[in-house]
Amino acid sequence: MSSASDLVGSCFRVSSDVLGLLIRALKDDGYMTIGPRKVAESIQLEVIDSVDDLPRGWGDQQDAGSYRLVRRSDSAYFGYNLGADSWKKWLDPRRKLLWRAKRDGESWEAEQSQMQVPRMAFIGVRACELAAIKVQLRVREVTQAHSSSPDAQSSTLSAEAPAGVPEEPFLVGINCSQAAATCFCSSMHTGPAFGSGCDLVLTEVINDDNHNFLIQIRTKRGAIISSKLPLLPSIEDDLAHIDRQIARVSDSQSRQLNISNPAEFFSRRLEHSHWDDVATRCLSCANCTLVCPTCFCSTVEDTTDVKNAVAERWLRWDSCFHLDFSFIHGGSVRSSTRSRYRQWLTHKLGTWHEQFGSSGCVGCGRCIAWCPVGIDLTAEVKSLSQPTQ
Amino acid sequence: MRRRAQKKLAVWKFASCDGCQLSLLDCEDELLTLARRIKFANFMEASSAVVRGPYDLSIVEGSITTPSDAERILDVRRRSKFLVTIGACATSGGIQALRNFADVKEFISIVYARPEYIETLTKSTGIADHVHVDYELRGCPVNKHQLLEVIVAFLVGRRPNIPAESVCVQCKERGTTCISVAQGVPCMGPVTQSGCGAICPAYGRGCYGCFGPKEKANVDALVADWRLHKSVSEDQTRRLLHTFNAWAEPFRSAGSSPGVEHIGKDLRD
Repeated sequence: MSSASDLVGSCFRVSSDVLGLLIRALKDDGYMTIGPRKVAESIQLEVIDSVDDLPRGWGDQQDAGSYRLVRRSDSAYFGYNLGADSWKKWLDPRRKLLWRAKRDGESWEAEQSQMQVPRMAFIGVRACELAAIKVQLRVREVTQAHSSSPDAQSSTLSAEAPAGVPEEPFLVGINCSQAAATCFCSSMHTGPAFGSGCDLVLTEVINDDNHNFLIQIRTKRGAIISSKLPLLPSIEDDLAHIDRQIARVSDSQSRQLNISNPAEFFSRRLEHSHWDDVATRCLSCANCTLVCPTCFCSTVEDTTDVKNAVAERWLRWDSCFHLDFSFIHGGSVRSSTRSRYRQWLTHKLGTWHEQFGSSGCVGCGRCIAWCPVGIDLTAEVKSLSQPTQ
Repeated sequence: MRRRAQKKLAVWKFASCDGCQLSLLDCEDELLTLARRIKFANFMEASSAVVRGPYDLSIVEGSITTPSDAERILDVRRRSKFLVTIGACATSGGIQALRNFADVKEFISIVYARPEYIETLTKSTGIADHVHVDYELRGCPVNKHQLLEVIVAFLVGRRPNIPAESVCVQCKERGTTCISVAQGVPCMGPVTQSGCGAICPAYGRGCYGCFGPKEKANVDALVADWRLHKSVSEDQTRRLLHTFNAWAEPFRSAGSSPGVEHIGKDLRD
C-alpha cells in the first residue's frame, strides 16, 4: 500500500457512515473533537462524541436581526449555515486565567497559569471560518511580536500569556451547500471555495437514496487520518460537482461588500453624516463583536478574594462598543455610540489592512444576523458611499 | 504584626423589600471570613447589637418615600465615610416608583381606611437624588457575588470589577442562544446592565431589566424594533420598561409615552 502522504491532493468518495469513523479516528488519535450541535434554538460549536451529536436534518433561515432553525427535507449533517458561535470560542476562550498570586505571610508568591490546552479537531469548518482562523492567527502573531518588544507596556499581559495558545487544530472543512441571506464571503474573497489551511475538506452529496461525502485530502496529517477510512475512488464528475456547488453558492449571495481602497474610503468619511444615523439605531450592546469570528479585543481583570490571600489576573473578551474599553486617564475617549460604531467599522474594514495585512471581515454575516436590531454593515457601507447629508 | 483597626460597616434600610441586604446574609460561605475583616457595626437584619458611628462603609438599601426618610438619609451620609447604594430601589426608586407616574393621593384614598394617617412623598426616588453616593450597585435584587466584590474591593482600595456592559455579554458568555434573534422574544437585555448572570434568557424569557439601563442605553431603537419586528404594542412596551427601574432614564421616558394613566386604574376598577 502506498504511504499516507501520497494521498495528499487526492479526492475520494465515502459513504456518509464514514463520518462516524472519521470522528472516531480523530478521537483515537487524541483529539478533542468539536463540531456543530443543536443547542436550544441554534447550532453551536461544542464537543461532539459521535455523528449522533451532529444537527442532522436541521437548517436555518437568516436575515438581518433574525435566525430561525428549520427542519430540512433531507437528512444532511451540514445543511445549516453559521450560528452565533465561531471557532474563536475554542481558540481564544472567553475567560482565561493569566496568573495567580498567593499570600505567604507578608509577601506574595506569583505563579503563571498552567492551563492545559487539549489537542483539538474542528469538524465542519466553513471556508469563511478558515479565513477567520487565519486572520486570528495573524493577529496573534502581530500582537505577540509587538508585546515582546522591550518598550511594550503590556508585555506581561495579554499576548505573552502562556495559557490558551493551542497547537494548531486539526481542521475538517465542509463546503457550503447553500448560502444564508446574510452571507457575503464571495465579495470578500474568503469563500465559498476554500483557501489553503484545512487538513480535509468534505462535500456532502445527497442524491435520492445515496448519501455520500467527497473527501479532499489537503495535508499529511489529513492523509494519515484518512488512511484509516474505507476510501472509494472518486469519479470524474465529483470534482466538477464540487466546483458547480461552489459556483451556485457564490452566485446566490445577494449581499456584497466592495471597497476598492478601504483605508482611503474610511479616512475620507470620518465625519460622514451617516455615522449619526447608525448611532440612532445601534444599541452598543456588543453582540456584533461577540459573534464576530475575528474580533479579538480583551480586557484584564484583577481580582482579590475575601480572605485577601489570593489575587488573580484574568483576561476576558471585551468590546470596542463598551464605554470602559476606551477609558484612559481622564475619561473615555469614545463616549458616544457614534464614535464606537465608527471605531468598529473603520478598524474592521479599513485600518485592519494596515495593521494585519487583510480585512478583518470575512463575510460570514454573523454580525448582521445576531444584531438584535438588524444593523447590516453591507448596507451601512453603501450609505457611507453616498454623499454626506 | 499589629492589626490595624477593623473598618466598620453599616447597613441601612429605606423603602425596600429587604431582599438586597438579605443577599449579604446569603453570602453564607464567605460571611464569617468577611466578619473577620470588617466589623458589622450596624446591621439590624443580622444583629441588634449596634456599634456607634461614624462608619467606614455604609450600604444603603431602599428608596426615599417619606419626609422622615428624606431627613434620615442626610444623617446616614453625615455618619458615613463611603456610601454604597444597593439595588434598584436605592438606585432608581424601585418598583414603588411606579407611583411617580400617577397620583399618590388617589392611591392612598383607595388603599387605606384612614388616609390622614399616611405621610408620604409624591415620588419614590433613589438615594443619589438626595445625597452624594460613592458607588451604586445595581440589581433587583443585587447579585451577592457583586456585593461581595464591592466590599472586598473597598477593603483593599481597588476599583470593583463590575462591568457596565449589556446583559448580552453574559448571555454570550454562558452560551445562551439570543432569544430575541432566534425566537423573536422581546428582550430588555441589550439595554440593561449585566450582573445577574443573564438568568432569564437562559430559561427562554426576555430580560426584565432588573439591573437598570446600561450606559448609553438606546431604548428608543430597541422599542422601534419591538414594534416593527416583534409586534409589541405600546401597552406591552410600557409594561416591559416600567418595572423595577421604571424611574431610571431612559426607561422612564421611553415607557411613558403615550402616558401611563392606566397605572392605578386596575386598582380602582
